[in-house]
Amino acid sequence: MDLQMLTYLFVGGSFALYIGIAIWSRAGSTKEFYVAGGGVHPLANGAATAADWMSAASFISLAGIISFMGSDGTGYLMGWTGGYVLLAMLLAPYLRKFGKFTVPDFVGDRYYSSAARLVAVICVIFISFTYVAGQMRGVGIVFSRFLEVDVNTGVVIGMAVVFFYAVLGGMKGITYTQVAQYCVLIFAFTVPAVFLTYQITGHVLPQTGLGATLDSGQSVLATLDGLVTDLGFKEYTAGNKSTIDMFFITAALMCGTAGLPHVIVRFFTVPKVKDARTSAGWALLFIAILYTAVPAVAAMGRVNLINTVNGADGSGTAYTEMPSWFKNWENSGLIGWNDVNGDGKVQYANGKAFTGNGKPAFDGDKRGPNGERAVTNANTDAKPVAGAPFANEVYVDRDIMVLANPEIANLPNWVIALVAAGGVAAALSTAAGLLLVISTAVSHDLLKKTFAPNISEKQELLAARGAAVVAITIAGLFGIYPPGFVAQVVAFAFGLAAASFFPVILMGIFYKRMNKEGAIAGMSVGLAFTFSYIVYFKFIAPGDNNAAHWILGVSPEGIGTLGMILNFVVSFVVSSMTPPPPEEIQHIVEDIRVPRGAGTAHAH
Amino acid sequence: MSAENAVSSNGGAQTRAQEYWKANIRIILSFMVVWFVVSYGCGILFIDALNQIPFFGFKLGFWFAQQGSIFVFVGLIVAYAIRMNKLDEEFDVHE
Repeated sequence: MDLQMLTYLFVGGSFALYIGIAIWSRAGSTKEFYVAGGGVHPLANGAATAADWMSAASFISLAGIISFMGSDGTGYLMGWTGGYVLLAMLLAPYLRKFGKFTVPDFVGDRYYSSAARLVAVICVIFISFTYVAGQMRGVGIVFSRFLEVDVNTGVVIGMAVVFFYAVLGGMKGITYTQVAQYCVLIFAFTVPAVFLTYQITGHVLPQTGLGATLDSGQSVLATLDGLVTDLGFKEYTAGNKSTIDMFFITAALMCGTAGLPHVIVRFFTVPKVKDARTSAGWALLFIAILYTAVPAVAAMGRVNLINTVNGADGSGTAYTEMPSWFKNWENSGLIGWNDVNGDGKVQYANGKAFTGNGKPAFDGDKRGPNGERAVTNANTDAKPVAGAPFANEVYVDRDIMVLANPEIANLPNWVIALVAAGGVAAALSTAAGLLLVISTAVSHDLLKKTFAPNISEKQELLAARGAAVVAITIAGLFGIYPPGFVAQVVAFAFGLAAASFFPVILMGIFYKRMNKEGAIAGMSVGLAFTFSYIVYFKFIAPGDNNAAHWILGVSPEGIGTLGMILNFVVSFVVSSMTPPPPEEIQHIVEDIRVPRGAGTAHAH
Repeated sequence: MSAENAVSSNGGAQTRAQEYWKANIRIILSFMVVWFVVSYGCGILFIDALNQIPFFGFKLGFWFAQQGSIFVFVGLIVAYAIRMNKLDEEFDVHE
């Protein structure tokens, strides 16, 4: 069967599975819609959390980021996993005992304040939309490459599928769909990773393959260090970023992970406090299967790329002899070649092959003298960098590292089709989780708890579904008309979650004396500081965005940590100058610290 | 604060709960120390020193940063869950 048919079969088949699950597990009550009735098995919840958490960014982009950043990319690996330790020990069990539906629920009740609840709702909506915009675009890109439809058509197909199972099934439908999506995405990631590792090192496990010794007698990493330094890059295993910046970025990603509302809310769905702890363990184990394979895919992908492009003697490969994957991805616009020295050979090294932001601007369908795609921004002055034998002639988009692996390694067509289905599963599962958080914040926290407390359960459920429809439409529009700022603001979602939710929840549990005044002051200061720092360096003065201008040398990606520290200090000081919280609140805090009596759950 | 009244009315239960909470905090802190040393310590602060040590084809610091810390994180949560389940039963607050 040809690739096109196989891809339709795999992606179509997985869609049918998700929709079937949605019909089987549709929600009948608000409790089922918001927290799946609270009766999800911890193992299933772990798989659902893993799928919820691993988005198109983890599946498609992470290996590429690590591949090109080397040691500097490790903040993402540790940050996006270490947060689960915080979640399991500091937040999940107590929030499960608290036993409501949403994060603003906890903030509003613990701090006996509608104002605090409203601030929390705004944060939830902002964080979730920032995140979801990227997901919908991811769906569109995967579709356009593998199904050969327009990116916009891809976005609309994705919207229709999410619409079906998120609106119909609510949290209950999403949970079981995500379990299926986890299975699809982990299989789709692992199969090509194992093949790639086996071809290069003879190891089966990517985790051990990264440390393997090659035929040359050198280890993979030592080989890579040598390859990249010869081409004018810094050593792969050495970092460029300052230690303090790495520290702050990792902390912001960790605390942000622990404070992300769509992850927290998953721990409301298990029956007992004990299950919340176990479930966090399952979630991280399922995530670690992918995250510990990523460094291997990243390093070996880079070795493969360099060896394929520069050839055995390191002098470059003639364009006409390039393997088909190179030309396929060039046609998709993710690879570009500019023959700087006019020798007809493709040569890869450090430096910009194209002017401007370094990406090729293709000149329609025009072709150059060797049959390559013509560009309008060729950098004809490109010079060799740091002792490299030639100037760089190639642009390689980071996102191809995972998507192109099966083709680079000459794997059968079904593996390529599987990767397409996996990428779509990763993007859809995260999008659905975020959309649900948005719709819950609107129907539950804004309507039921704040503006229209008298609505019936039936009306609330209707409002939740209506809000989900609106949220999907907006997310789809973000996918079709991607606002330029999306890529700039990914740091926002984590920074804001770290600077707002993490301290307010943590102190709500561990510091009984924390009161309304302290929490509101802390959240406002943390948010305002982080928000303005990122906006200043990303939008107002992007030219100043370098270590010389940063506070303490902390980049906008890591500033959420400083915002979080400010939040802790301000809320502590303010609360000690204002009256303690009322007696019944102190009893709530005492109560959530003891596991017994988390309430009955539905049997599924 | 009416701590004294609370102790006199249901004194036993109150102190039991406080003891449980203190034991809980101790467990959390000891696990957090490991979490911090492995990730921020080995993976960031002392990475250059550890990189001098070869480790199965890796530099040790690089291995901690890219893989080792993640294995430790999984182990930490599992150990924490087991330890807390025991504590819950010791204090008879399990479900």
